Amino acid sequence: MSTNLKFDFETNKENNTIVINREFDADLELVWKAWTTSELLDKWWGPAPCRAETKSMDFREGGHWLYCMIVPASITDDKKEQRHWGKQEYKKIVSYKYFSGTDVFCDEKGNANPDLPKGEFENVFSEESNGKTLVTMISKHNSFEDIETIIAMGFKEGITACFNQLDELLK
Amino acid sequence: MKTRRDIFQAIADPTRRAIIALIALNAMTPNAIAEQFEISRQAVSKHLQLLTECELVTQNQQGREIYYQLEVNKMKEIDKWLDQFRKIWESRFNQLDNVLLTIKSKKK
Repeated sequence: MSTNLKFDFETNKENNTIVINREFDADLELVWKAWTTSELLDKWWGPAPCRAETKSMDFREGGHWLYCMIVPASITDDKKEQRHWGKQEYKKIVSYKYFSGTDVFCDEKGNANPDLPKGEFENVFSEESNGKTLVTMISKHNSFEDIETIIAMGFKEGITACFNQLDELLK
Repeated sequence: MKTRRDIFQAIADPTRRAIIALIALNAMTPNAIAEQFEISRQAVSKHLQLLTECELVTQNQQGREIYYQLEVNKMKEIDKWLDQFRKIWESRFNQLDNVLLTIKSKKK
């Protein structure tokens, strides 16, 4: 389905930045809503069979989104459901244009895990003449080691397993 | 796991990145490498030692000289990790496509 939608993924090893450009086949208003309201985020943030569940969301500068990534029992090693908490802290918001913030690993109360890396993100939204919307995501990390840790956590938590399962479904 | 972490440590430093870029073209002796930098030979030697420990470069004795060469396959490991990151976002976005499509079709 996404074959004709632009998707670039650029990594800059010099400054530990990843830039992703992705086009969506919907107008700016809807795409913005999908990224900034919990009801819609819950529908796509966790890839099936994993799912994201919002505990609280306060989309304003200084506010945050606290959510849980649920890994179903069917794909975990010990056959028990797993819940992993994440938080996005919002720094700057310009409606229908831009929002930035920090990605954090945390507990269910939103207390950040000091041992795990934080990542800074910036998301830029722009309407295109063809009725599509372009989202540019800039993801900044302190070091490449941090990126590796984040990916390794994904493996450990079984979230990567979900992505792999989704790939199977889409084949 | 440890080896992988080491690779990232290896490329975390600008001088080491410059050394990698330099020997990617040709295997070089420590002296020839040091000539390209304004830092001391000892400092260059330390960087080469770390790169060797990370298995990003290997030594190759030719006569009296030791040449350092880049292990290209080891560099590719970094790209493999990044590919996982790419996959994560690719999958998420495919789901978002479906969500947008569902909402759009309901509106009609």
